[in-house]
Amino acid sequence: MSLIAAVTPTTTWYLVLGAVLFGIGAVGVLVRRNPLVMFMCIELMLNAVNLSFVALAKRLGDIGGQTTVFFVMVVAAAEVVVGLGIIVSIMRRRPGATADDIAELKG
Amino acid sequence: MELVVFVIAAAMVIVGALGVIVRPNPVHAALSLVLTLFGVAVHFVALEAHFLAAVQVIVYAGAIVVLFLFVIMLLGVDRTEDITIEPFKVQRPMALVVGVGVIGLVTAAVSSSRDAIGRGNGLEIPTVTGDNDSNVRQIARSVFGDYVVAFEITSVLLVVAVVGTVMLTRRIKSGKGES
Repeated sequence: MSLIAAVTPTTTWYLVLGAVLFGIGAVGVLVRRNPLVMFMCIELMLNAVNLSFVALAKRLGDIGGQTTVFFVMVVAAAEVVVGLGIIVSIMRRRPGATADDIAELKG
Repeated sequence: MELVVFVIAAAMVIVGALGVIVRPNPVHAALSLVLTLFGVAVHFVALEAHFLAAVQVIVYAGAIVVLFLFVIMLLGVDRTEDITIEPFKVQRPMALVVGVGVIGLVTAAVSSSRDAIGRGNGLEIPTVTGDNDSNVRQIARSVFGDYVVAFEITSVLLVVAVVGTVMLTRRIKSGKGES
């Protein structure tokens, strides 16, 4: 029990966890075909970066990191709203479309 | 104690993230995303970012995931996707290489830095809470003080996003009927 009490997580642990979360999100964006699930993977990557920002804000003693995370959350919300609107209008025209089917702009 | 909290929350984060990319059903993926977001919120509490933890739960786990589920149900895409079909053979190994590469590179860079594990005790410097203000008060002073212009611009951004989405998803009454 004293061993568990002695080890406390450092900033490095949080940064490595953020890297793992970002890598999982990147793999998801590359592998999945459903545009909604790809959007969720983008959220995973944004959360990984938020986690790193907060860990470094605590490490460096700068509240600016947390303020940045606040703005990232606002922009993520706006991005989700616009992206889901686009997906809704695509899916309404072609039900069941995957990311591979959407190639109207291909030359 | 902090170690136990870290391990449990990290397990939540990673299991949820793997669930998002592995589950074939989009509804299950969205629920796994909730698990990840709650894990990140627990980390925020452990890092003394109490305001961001609350915002994470309310905005992300509350609003954004509900929006995802709403769109999934609205479009009726909640049937299981066949993820065994691989249209582009090289893509999955390449994606794995990219993922492992990102994780490996960042981990190597972080652990070779000055404050890595065993060389310095990172979180021991309690400077964010150094003055006795609460976390919410510090963020308020930062957002409404130094970053007030950016804060006002985000309100413009949100209005533009909402109006743009309404324009995108609106059905045009006269004309082809379905736009």
